[in-house]
Amino acid sequence: MSNPDSSETTARTTPGNFKSAVTGLSDRAIAWIFVAPTIFLLLAVNIFPLIWTIVLSFTNYRVNRPNRDVEWVGLKNYQRILTDNGTWETMQATAHFLIWTIVLQVLIGFALAYLINKKFKGNDLWTTIIVLPMMLSPAVVGTFWTFLYQPQIGLFNYLVTFFTGADPASFSMIGDKHLAPWSIIIADTWMWTPFVMLICLAGLRSIPDSIYEAAECDRASRWRQFWTITFPLVLPFLMLAVLFRGIENFKMFDLVVQLTGGGPGNTTTLTSIDLKREAFEKWRTGQSSAYAVVLFVTVFGLASIYVKALNKVKDR
Amino acid sequence: MKNKKVLSILVSGGLLMGASHLKAEDLTLCWAAWDPANALVELSKEFEAESGHNMSFEFVPWPNFADRMLNELNSGGQLCDLLIGDSQWIGGAAENGQYIKLNSFFEKEGIDMANFIPATVTGYAEWPKGSPNYWALPAFGDVVGWTYRKDWFERPELQAEFKEKYGRDLDVPATLEELKDIGQFFQGREIDGKTVYGASIYTERGSEGITMGVTNALYNYGFEYNNPDKAYDLDGFVNSEGAIAGLEFYKELYDTVTPPGSSNWYMGENIDAYKSGQVAMQMNFAFIWPGVEADPNVGGGKSGYFPNPPGPGGHFAQLGGQGISVVAASEKQNAALEYIKWFAQQEVQEKWWAAGGYSALSAVVEDPGFATSQPYAQTFLDSMAIVKDFWAEPAYADLLLAMQERVHNYVVAGEGSAKEALDGLVEDWVEVFEDEGKL
Repeated sequence: MSNPDSSETTARTTPGNFKSAVTGLSDRAIAWIFVAPTIFLLLAVNIFPLIWTIVLSFTNYRVNRPNRDVEWVGLKNYQRILTDNGTWETMQATAHFLIWTIVLQVLIGFALAYLINKKFKGNDLWTTIIVLPMMLSPAVVGTFWTFLYQPQIGLFNYLVTFFTGADPASFSMIGDKHLAPWSIIIADTWMWTPFVMLICLAGLRSIPDSIYEAAECDRASRWRQFWTITFPLVLPFLMLAVLFRGIENFKMFDLVVQLTGGGPGNTTTLTSIDLKREAFEKWRTGQSSAYAVVLFVTVFGLASIYVKALNKVKDR
Repeated sequence: MKNKKVLSILVSGGLLMGASHLKAEDLTLCWAAWDPANALVELSKEFEAESGHNMSFEFVPWPNFADRMLNELNSGGQLCDLLIGDSQWIGGAAENGQYIKLNSFFEKEGIDMANFIPATVTGYAEWPKGSPNYWALPAFGDVVGWTYRKDWFERPELQAEFKEKYGRDLDVPATLEELKDIGQFFQGREIDGKTVYGASIYTERGSEGITMGVTNALYNYGFEYNNPDKAYDLDGFVNSEGAIAGLEFYKELYDTVTPPGSSNWYMGENIDAYKSGQVAMQMNFAFIWPGVEADPNVGGGKSGYFPNPPGPGGHFAQLGGQGISVVAASEKQNAALEYIKWFAQQEVQEKWWAAGGYSALSAVVEDPGFATSQPYAQTFLDSMAIVKDFWAEPAYADLLLAMQERVHNYVVAGEGSAKEALDGLVEDWVEVFEDEGKL
């Protein structure tokens, strides 16, 4: 609560010229003065580029052809993207990557969180070790997974050999078109499962012990406690983790570029890699703007639907 | 009094402005991050001492070089005053006004393009090709060639086994087919207790790697970029019977002579595989040869060099290398031109060769002592005599990426047939040229 005496003192000690300067300004106007710089920055950095991208998406503009006339091409860029087989192949590759990374990260992340939530000796040390991968740069992770996958010297191939007896040089995780999509899923899962684990851990630790104690009194089995207490109460956290990982992996670029470069063929060319090629290698600025708009609408649409579902779960 | 003060400030300011006109400039030279760039840093110290200008360098690793530098040019950036840009950029940079035209400068300074290796002038300096319009000074001659483990080739037991199997000596291959035989002979062989493989070849997908590799097979089996009598007439030339055979040959090479896991290899990976003793031969640009000679594992006479072998359709090799240009957006063009004038001198070009840079000046490479000056010098000369380059059109990026995708998808991912890949390439390239208004 503010002290009225102190307010009066402040008013008395305010310099006259400042007082006169603000005289006549309403609270609303002063509020606008304070938020205006932020709004201006937001418009300049976020909104203007978005609008400009939408405008460019209807033109044949190419940034590497400054001397060429820019023509209005209507929906041609959108039509080209949506009817291009390559675009749909990259969408499929992205969906494959997205679904499997989320499934694996949620399952493993939740299991790890469940284990770490138990009190045992060295709990803190294990938590630290488990979260190490997510602290690394994706470029670093991509580089050392490249070495791990090396058929001649890679640890991954030797582990597979150890368990299966296959020749380590007989398969190449990043060189085989059937294995390459899995190679990026494994690396991403290794890196980001700790993130899901931390969110799940927060969810698990937010459940009051009293609920479990009540369940114990009712002689509910561990299995029943899990399905009727733990899982429903952690579900909003899990859904939040899925949302974060979904958005992040839809934009996945650095790790995959470092690991496979989008190959072999186009098997690991995700939409962000494809978009970058269109925009900054083929320099089709108009067409890549249309591509960016399509991706934005897709992510925004899916995320909006998902957030509504998340809110419903939270409200239950 | 006050007026006197103002006057003295104005006079001092004027003097300072006059002095600044004469002051040393800070020039930035942009190039790829590789061994020759380090040699150029050393060499440029002489220019700094002579001219008083300061040189800075911006070197970008090869896989990102085109992205980074083309972004710089397209955005009108002033990072680079001098750019040693790839040969294929010349069309776009010339047509979009990103490089300054050097004809009048060459004329004024007595720099004659006739004094440079003709292939490098066409490849690195001219646009349109074959016309006397110069946008760069040939700076670094380069070409794809082969390096091989001479010490392995000379082993009597391997020679005997090879002769028994193929009926000829284990020696530098006379044709691409022979090269494949040698690669297959070494594939999976135990040498000094280690499994080795035939050859490392270019397979990289992201930038230009596989195109720079596959063309060495395509050219020699009959591939043409277009109808020699009708520009941009592609069908039947890009996807001719010979071209299809060439692409099939390259895939067979990938499938049967390369180390496992070499699905995305370019210059760096090939060097590593060779120096670590994994492969008997490597395809790579000539710039690596000084480094091979100096390497403790494979240098000092253990390695040999040979030009890309001929095929049934001819004898060519993929041109590499670059010219040095002055960036139009630079505000220090005069100082940048001074650098080019200095670099074009014969004594500087001789030092450039001695430092590990491949001079394109005829007087240097035609010197009687040149061919024996290094173990790879003759191979360099022979290779430069058979060069062919990729499109240098303003739309080169579209053309290159289409080829990267079509060829990589067939050779590495094994999708479709060679004919389908090249037919698809024709469709892609036709679309690009239609977009460009050339068809």
